[in-house]
Amino acid sequence: MQNLRHIFRVFGDYLGQYFKTRLAYRADFLGDLVSNLISELINLVFIIVVFQHVPLMGEWTRDEIIFIYGFFLVPYALFSIFFGFWDFNERYIIRGEMDRILTRPLYNLAQVCLESIAPDRIFGVISGLIIMGYAAIQLKLSITWYDPFIFIVLAVSGALIYGGVYTAISAISFFSDSRTGITPMIYNIQQYGRYPVDVYNKVIRFVLTYVLPFAFVGVYPAAYFLRKEMWYGYAAMTPVMAVIFFGIGLLVWNWGVSKYRGAGS
Amino acid sequence: MRRLYMELIRMRFLTMLAYRVNYYSGIIIYAINIGAYYFLWGAIYGGQQQLGGLTVEQMTSYVAIAWMSRAFYFNNIDMEIAQDVREGKVAIEMIRPYNYLSVKTAQAFGEGIFRLLFFAGPGIFLISLIIPFHFPATGQAWGLYLLSLLFAFLINTQINLLTGLFTFFLFRNDGMMRAKRVIVDLMSGLVLPISFFPGWAQTVMGFLPFQAVNYYPSLIFTGAITSGRALELIGFQVIWMFVILVPILILWRMARNRLVVQGG
Repeated sequence: MQNLRHIFRVFGDYLGQYFKTRLAYRADFLGDLVSNLISELINLVFIIVVFQHVPLMGEWTRDEIIFIYGFFLVPYALFSIFFGFWDFNERYIIRGEMDRILTRPLYNLAQVCLESIAPDRIFGVISGLIIMGYAAIQLKLSITWYDPFIFIVLAVSGALIYGGVYTAISAISFFSDSRTGITPMIYNIQQYGRYPVDVYNKVIRFVLTYVLPFAFVGVYPAAYFLRKEMWYGYAAMTPVMAVIFFGIGLLVWNWGVSKYRGAGS
Repeated sequence: MRRLYMELIRMRFLTMLAYRVNYYSGIIIYAINIGAYYFLWGAIYGGQQQLGGLTVEQMTSYVAIAWMSRAFYFNNIDMEIAQDVREGKVAIEMIRPYNYLSVKTAQAFGEGIFRLLFFAGPGIFLISLIIPFHFPATGQAWGLYLLSLLFAFLINTQINLLTGLFTFFLFRNDGMMRAKRVIVDLMSGLVLPISFFPGWAQTVMGFLPFQAVNYYPSLIFTGAITSGRALELIGFQVIWMFVILVPILILWRMARNRLVVQGG
């Protein structure tokens, strides 16, 4: 516990430093916010343009799909605030920065997360909430008093699922010689989780549910708020999957660190 | 000089070959993306015969070929330029007896050839086993497609050079490069054929170079247009190539005059 409190204190310090460095490059800071917004909007364009031609995708209406996408943005933003080490392999393994990390008093994964923290991604949460809000109004969704709490639990769980998978994937860098590694692959697979899994075939559904459980970051939890009772079981499973997959991520990471020999100069 | 560039192309090709994990993951990425859109479009079409002037078979072929064309024209030289600028390496590059931007283009070309031979080729073959797929019937159609694909590569590379050059002025522009990537994917017709967009959006996009990056070669490949029209599209690509060259040259000249090396 002492250790965790320490991590949070260092987290605060890094946050301060982060804003200092970001504001040194103001144009980039602003540009980043705008570009993130553009990336989010462009996925909406796809949904909107497609639904100009058809009324339904599978069994789902346009606003339901938009709602799922809005929900997805929230855990995704939370994840990218804390797990921004996209260039982990390049930066820490190839250039040997990992050696420095290992001499730090903090838990090594926490240290890596802190160094690449990106709190401005919090805007992704905001745009997600706006998109969800819009869809919820269009769909006239009913909201109970405990829904916000369930929402927080599900969104945090989703972020942890991503975090776990991503940590495990990054840990592969400890073993492989690849330059960019397979991060782009995971980046691409996550696109699947944004659409209802029942439009895909059985194999992909199985993978997205049990192997790389990205459906738990988008469609399953969102289905709870859309009151799709057939998916309630999956929605309830979300926190369980979060614990399991984040645990796996930590295990693989620790195993990788123990195998790590240092490659950089 | 020509031997230098040939050597650069060869070097990058061999470098790509050396990182095997990259290669395998690249194949899987493209398979994943094509697969995702295949099922997605299947669900979107539902029972309908035609949407936006395309049948479901034409649509899946379109998506497959669009992604395979992307394998050839896609590269990350904007990121590489940004890194060179940040690390100060670009100062050394500038005093060397070659043109930095041409070097980057040559490297991108080496990468493109690698992806064409090892991703797109086997990829299209694999897809044709699963998805009903129509190859161009004549050698002439193949020639037109490959020519148009070459220009697609050049235009996309120019767009990348342009975003890369902005690093000289913004110091860091990762966000811009990320946004550029999704904009090019959307507006080039990769994720959605241009014919799906509402009329006003098609008009706007007609004034932008992005269609030349993917929509034109994909259209030529599907054989839905005459060879006269295909030549016309390639003509548009050539025009765009010269148009984009202007801001690149201006920015490059400005960049050399106001280079700030931030350490390195």
